[in-house]
Amino acid sequence: MSTNYETHEHDVLIIGAGGAGLRAAIEALAQGASVGVVCKSLLGKAHTVMAEGGIAAAMCNVDTADGWKPHFKDTMFGGKYLNNWRMAQLHAQEAPDRVRELEQWGALFDRTESGGILQRAFGGHTYRRLCHVGDRTGLEMIRTLQDRGVSLGFDVYMECTVTKLLTDAGRVAGAFAYWRENGRFVVFKAKSVVIATGGIGKAYPVTSNSWEYTGDGMTLAYEAGAELMDMEFVQFHPTGMVWPPGVQGLLVTEAVRGEGGILRNKMGERFMEKYDPKRMELSTRDVVARSIYTEVKEGRGTEHGGAYLDISHKPAEYVKKKLPSMYHQFKELADVDITKGPMEVGPTCHYVMGGIRVDAETEQSTLPGLFAAGEAAAGLHGANRLGGNSLSDLLVFGRRAGLAAAQHAKSAGATTIDAAQTAEAEKELLAPFSNTGTESPYAVHRDLQKIMQSLVGIFRTEEDLKKALSELEPLKARAAKASVEGSRLFNPGWHLYRDLKSLLVCSEAVALSALARKESRGAHSRIDYPKYDPVWEKKHNIIVREGGEMKRRESPVEPMPEDLRQFVMAD
Amino acid sequence: MADATLRIQRGDGPTGGETVDYKVPIAPGMVVLDALHYIQGHLAPDLAVRWNCKAAKCGSCSAEVNGRPRLTCKTRVDSLPMDQPITVMPMKAFPRIKDLVTDVSWNYTVNKKIPPFRQRPGTEWKISQLDVDRVQEFRKCIECFLCQNVCHVLREHDEKKGFGGPRFFVRVAGLEMHPLDGADRAPLLKDGLGIGFCNITKCCTEVCPEEIHITDNAIIPLKERVVDRFYDPLTMLFRKIRGA
Repeated sequence: MSTNYETHEHDVLIIGAGGAGLRAAIEALAQGASVGVVCKSLLGKAHTVMAEGGIAAAMCNVDTADGWKPHFKDTMFGGKYLNNWRMAQLHAQEAPDRVRELEQWGALFDRTESGGILQRAFGGHTYRRLCHVGDRTGLEMIRTLQDRGVSLGFDVYMECTVTKLLTDAGRVAGAFAYWRENGRFVVFKAKSVVIATGGIGKAYPVTSNSWEYTGDGMTLAYEAGAELMDMEFVQFHPTGMVWPPGVQGLLVTEAVRGEGGILRNKMGERFMEKYDPKRMELSTRDVVARSIYTEVKEGRGTEHGGAYLDISHKPAEYVKKKLPSMYHQFKELADVDITKGPMEVGPTCHYVMGGIRVDAETEQSTLPGLFAAGEAAAGLHGANRLGGNSLSDLLVFGRRAGLAAAQHAKSAGATTIDAAQTAEAEKELLAPFSNTGTESPYAVHRDLQKIMQSLVGIFRTEEDLKKALSELEPLKARAAKASVEGSRLFNPGWHLYRDLKSLLVCSEAVALSALARKESRGAHSRIDYPKYDPVWEKKHNIIVREGGEMKRRESPVEPMPEDLRQFVMAD
Repeated sequence: MADATLRIQRGDGPTGGETVDYKVPIAPGMVVLDALHYIQGHLAPDLAVRWNCKAAKCGSCSAEVNGRPRLTCKTRVDSLPMDQPITVMPMKAFPRIKDLVTDVSWNYTVNKKIPPFRQRPGTEWKISQLDVDRVQEFRKCIECFLCQNVCHVLREHDEKKGFGGPRFFVRVAGLEMHPLDGADRAPLLKDGLGIGFCNITKCCTEVCPEEIHITDNAIIPLKERVVDRFYDPLTMLFRKIRGA
């Protein structure tokens, strides 16, 4: 019986307290819904704080020729036309209002001469479009949303991990979770659930993502019967730190290039001239990441296997003012003064374009009552995301998901919690305490990361992907048999045991989709199929669970209306 | 490469426990958080540590390293003496949950008391960079709570009822000095947040990883506002005459 567990009931339950989750919560509250927000960390620590460069929105404060249409076009081009066109349109149209709203809630952006919000250049954006606060835009955003939500009065369940979505007759009915602090179980009853749990970066050893990024939301949705889409598209950010080893993968914001940073190889050549002479350093992330990777592979890399990124030709005061976090990060962690010399950078796993398949207008998944927004959802970014389009994504679709979730809760009938489902969830979590072997979740995690980095990385081949899939099988068995030391009190080994399961599901989805897509598009680069394939331009990969097995399907890309298509394809 | 010894406070519940030594191979550029992760991955999988970004942007991994309150993700192992164990203790001002994880929920309760930003009527959204610069200093705060941890009022006197602590003076300063804000937080500063308890020893400023000038730029100007409002002799005299 569910009454055995601590139980909380809300109209709308939001899983994840980053930008998308908080924006969804604010909107659902505004609709009069009772809202609960569950997050794995403390409030305000979500990965949104790491976003540095800015929020892409065609405010036209700096470049007056901008507008929603150019932003839409850039997003579609960057995503290699695999984007859901309607999401890209809504995103470009609504982002400016979402930024103004943040300002009205107390956010303070850098300013233009005339006192408006300043906007900077960024990769793949035709105009200067990114509203920013130095290089700590994400912190400003999360603090603003956090304070707004707190003042409106949402209930936050901090350091609480959801491990299973509960369903009732093909609808969402709630979620099963545990408190990290004491390991006790808790049941959330809700008519609508919004997943805003971010991505899967921890499947890779070199990543800009934190421990939280284990694909929980996607796995929860998948296991509850919802569809995942475009999982093969994993973004490797071109510029992560490469040295020293402890900070490998740590993000170096694209704002360095936005502010004029130049990439060079060890011979001092500005190599982007070869790969994208028109856009140079401000080409899209997929292109820049592959370019750096290729330079290194062909022997023109730096001492520690990266490229040089140099901003020292700009005045030192300017660099410190516009890129303060980067200045401190390199000074303190790598003994490099970026106002005097170049940084060493290389690709780092940063983002997944794929995720839960949602409706463009409402962000509802294929499971009634289940919504998704932000990185956990698929569609907006297609095959490659432009920098700055993530923060705007969180705001635009977080709001839309919160709105639709509240409306759904109003009209939906009552659901009941199925005791068999909660019992199963409990059993799964307690299993590692009775496992007797010596397998450690940490060891399995390290091996998973090795497989993903070496076989499902920036460049892929059929042989590697098949090998990855076959190597994932024994890992799944090892993960299930892993044992946990100690008690249920704040036990990271136990927490990893469960997170690992999510990572394995997502990793398999990535590899399976990548194997099927026999072409190169955006962030998905196949050495054996280096060109675009017009057939694959019209298809999404769909991952769904059937009979306990992971199955792949294909689904047609929804065509753009003719007027938009002509606009996007012009010149 | 050589090994480092980390001496870590282990145990659950607010008091008690013991220190345990762990040997960790040192890698170039390693930070204390890397060493803690090594211990979790190889020696003590249940070692409780809070962390997120590992880039000094989220403020989760606060602890006391060799007695100094630090972010463990920003503390280089090679900056510490190697001839003795590196001690890592949880923040002292908050009740321990387990190992290096403390119960910081009190901070979230204090935060709820603070009235949010409210636009002054009749103002336009035109702000100069100069005005933004001043406030952005306060908005840099990553809520690591190290300032709270070293504040005497909280650490030595455990005065958590009528006091907010430096973190929340910084938050209020950011709101009060927002060029368009019109809310009044002076009564809250005086009573609910007890700014008068602060005797400006600047311990908070010293430990701030974001280098916010907490005492000089936030607390002292806020104290002045409270004094002007409630303790100004002329105003007091005026009130007396009016019989208010």
